[in-house]
Amino acid sequence: MKSYNNTILWEDERVDGADKVNGKAKYAAEHSLPNMAYAVFVTSTIAKGSIKNLDTSKALAMPGVLDVIYYANCPSVPGYISNAAERPKNAIEWRGHKVLHDNKVRFFGQPIALVVADSFESANAAIRFVKAEYAPESFETNFDKARLDAKNLKINSNYKRGTEKKYKEAFAFVESEFNIPIEVHNAMELFATIAHWEGDDKVTLYDKTQGPKSTQFTVSRTFGIPDKNVRVIAENVGGAFGSGLRSWANVPAACIAAKKLNRPVKLVLTRPQMFSLVGYRPQSWQKVGIGADAAGNFTGISHEAITNTSRYEDFREGIVDASKFLYACENVDTKYNLLPLDLSTPVWMRGPGEASGCFALESAIDELSYKLKMDPIELRLKNYTTVNPENKLPFSDINLKDCYAYGINKIGWKNRPTVPGSLKENGMLIGYGMAVGIFGAGKGSASVRIVLSNDGKLLLECGVSDMGPGTTTAMTILASEAMQMPIQKIKFKLGDSDLPPGPSQGGSGTTSTVGSAVDLACKTLQQKLKEIAIKSAPVFAGMNAEALEVKNEMVISKTNANAKMPIVDVLKLANQDKIDLTITSNGKNAAQLKFTSNSFSAHFVKLGVNPKNGTIKILQVVTTGDAGKIISPKTARSQMLGGVVGGIGMALSEKLEIDHKTGQIINASFGGYHVPLHSHIPPTDVWFVNKPDPNINDIGAKGIGEIALIGFAAAITNAVYNATGKRVRDLPITPEKLGFKT
Amino acid sequence: MKPCFQQDGRRSFLKKSTSLVALYLTPSVFVKAFAVDSIVPLPIAKEKLTITINGKLLKLEIDARTTLLNLLREELAFTGTKKGCEMGQCGACTVHINGKRAKSCMQLALTHQNNKITTIEGLGDGEKLHPMQVAFIKHDAFQCGYCTSGQIMSAVTCVREGNAKSRASIQAYMDTNICRCGAYQNIVDAIAEVAKTGAKI
Repeated sequence: MKSYNNTILWEDERVDGADKVNGKAKYAAEHSLPNMAYAVFVTSTIAKGSIKNLDTSKALAMPGVLDVIYYANCPSVPGYISNAAERPKNAIEWRGHKVLHDNKVRFFGQPIALVVADSFESANAAIRFVKAEYAPESFETNFDKARLDAKNLKINSNYKRGTEKKYKEAFAFVESEFNIPIEVHNAMELFATIAHWEGDDKVTLYDKTQGPKSTQFTVSRTFGIPDKNVRVIAENVGGAFGSGLRSWANVPAACIAAKKLNRPVKLVLTRPQMFSLVGYRPQSWQKVGIGADAAGNFTGISHEAITNTSRYEDFREGIVDASKFLYACENVDTKYNLLPLDLSTPVWMRGPGEASGCFALESAIDELSYKLKMDPIELRLKNYTTVNPENKLPFSDINLKDCYAYGINKIGWKNRPTVPGSLKENGMLIGYGMAVGIFGAGKGSASVRIVLSNDGKLLLECGVSDMGPGTTTAMTILASEAMQMPIQKIKFKLGDSDLPPGPSQGGSGTTSTVGSAVDLACKTLQQKLKEIAIKSAPVFAGMNAEALEVKNEMVISKTNANAKMPIVDVLKLANQDKIDLTITSNGKNAAQLKFTSNSFSAHFVKLGVNPKNGTIKILQVVTTGDAGKIISPKTARSQMLGGVVGGIGMALSEKLEIDHKTGQIINASFGGYHVPLHSHIPPTDVWFVNKPDPNINDIGAKGIGEIALIGFAAAITNAVYNATGKRVRDLPITPEKLGFKT
Repeated sequence: MKPCFQQDGRRSFLKKSTSLVALYLTPSVFVKAFAVDSIVPLPIAKEKLTITINGKLLKLEIDARTTLLNLLREELAFTGTKKGCEMGQCGACTVHINGKRAKSCMQLALTHQNNKITTIEGLGDGEKLHPMQVAFIKHDAFQCGYCTSGQIMSAVTCVREGNAKSRASIQAYMDTNICRCGAYQNIVDAIAEVAKTGAKI
């Protein structure tokens, strides 16, 4: 083992790795401000109704308690005003539940008051002394029951090309229903906000968010103050998986308390509150019908879905989208409805929409393969398409065939039994399964500041965040490649809304979007360097910029290798202490818009099922990604490994349980909601096509955060069918669903 | 330890203090039915605590209700130790107490008079990282980094206590520490490599 003194040893290591292993990396709740007060939410113990009376007197009498904020004493908030005519001009109405605003209860566990005290201990002790008297109303939290009555559904969107329900006329078809329960992101870092008003209309927040800029916008519009007066700092984010893509109750509540008390306030959610206050993957019911001719060509695909939303907000996702374009098929129809329930609002969770949709689609294709007596990979290849059949645009690049080839070989697909339940190893029934994932690959606009100092150091800044995938590392590597200078001399700064605007980190778009801006910034800087060199350095006199290149920290003539000068000397000669530029990279250009861009994945699983009790042991996983050029191989591999772990949880253990008599979540802890642990993880092999996509952006890279998970759960259920002959269409798989009593 | 509440005389001191500890340590969602109406608040009890943290002897006066985790994070600015659940279920708050791993969220700080605590900040030698920290970087054994301190503190005792003999034994020992980003395979790789060197850590 080499020794390490906070200097980079391995060229591919995470650039912020040292700070994350020595405890120096600071997350939202870890900042401390003078005179800071602590706040804790009091939450409702009914699912729906109103509060008749809230007795705060006992809590207020507790030592250390400074205030109990609730609907009766909450200061007015411009964004809480529903009537647009009464709202200040620059305010926008807060989307969703207006915390501490009124006496209505919309879901069990809704914050109804905020206790603020001079210590965490005093605040936490006092929440039990706030007494609410309710007028309860009838409510519905039972998705399975409520979805059966069409009156409860809100029509969202329908789609059709060719003939509807064409699959029913096919040589062979399957028609199956799939159910996925509510799953919760449960990132390890608890949501937290520290709010500090530095003036009447100026606030600084330390917040757990995937988008410092989006939180800045939300806060400025909610409080009716200028954007520039809101600073949001999120240098490190302890995972989020989509839950940090919008601001939740903790943000306005901390701001309200800090303003009311005129001192900084820290508000940290509890783990149980992480189950009900910061979104979740909605529960879904899906029905997929697929038909094929005798040769295996798909003749019709129908995909229906219902997902839940809250009663006070609509949340929709692309659950049926992949069925429209992942495979070649002339007749496709989809239908997607929402079911409002008396629960909090769902939000995007890793692989949003497609993770649920591909579970159904990829399971149904596997079912069909057995009907056709065809290998499921052969069936997918039969319907392979390089043109998106929905919008008729060619994929900017697609190499799924290479993923199949790698997976087939690596997992030992040839050992897969064609008759389910016919292979045994070490007393276990063995099955092989695979499934595909797809997700849109975007490119948006972003701005980057680039500063080259005369000490040879390069600084880049963008107001994006890094919730764990390694954005800081990938952007540093990109800059290092573009500038051809060592990564040790480059610093990429993010996580602060004061930096040039960048996107929220979500939808697998950060590397493409911010990466393109970094690339453009580096190219612009190089151009500037060349111009300065020509102007200031006699050695380049009379040359034009095209004849020069910047590499190895030098400006060099392409034609005369002796004409070169270190970039620091160029700056000194020009009497400049730095070059400081801010550039903006835009979304896709006209040429790029002639293509449709996606990332793809194919997952392969070998597992064993214990024939005595139905327990499942995943023996081997091969996961492959087709996402253009891989910028940061080490962190990209980790992201794929994480997708496998998430997929294992989705398939085998994760399910939010609600008591429909009370509307209460009954497994709101890691003790009740089971996420995968060390022991559940099999040896996993990660492979990338790693070929630049020529048509998405200049860097050839696409996102992998979503495709790492999308499809994985189907690979497991398909393998379970292969092992046992039991098709599980309702997640998670349990021994009961395999016919075992527990 | 003095209780910070006083009841109306019908229950013994012992009952009071035990139930108050339980009340404090149990998440609020589970204690809604607890009869608290008869309890009247008293001023917060400040207690003396002598404790060694990362080799430094500290004499403190603290709120009796403070957990070791909150003492570290809120009072002493050792924020490397993470709060993930406050129920002893996730392992993010793992520290070493007299060389053994423990979940700091489940300990009242006052129960650690004269104990020696090591946190992630005290694991290495000054600015020089501990071999396990280096191995975590080498194997990219984390993504967001939030569970990492706890994973590393457990990883060190895993090797020290002889539980790193096989991947399966490492996994079983490490099941106390959740990683939601899913860095498990890389964490086991890091631990296995450190164990293989045979170095005393």
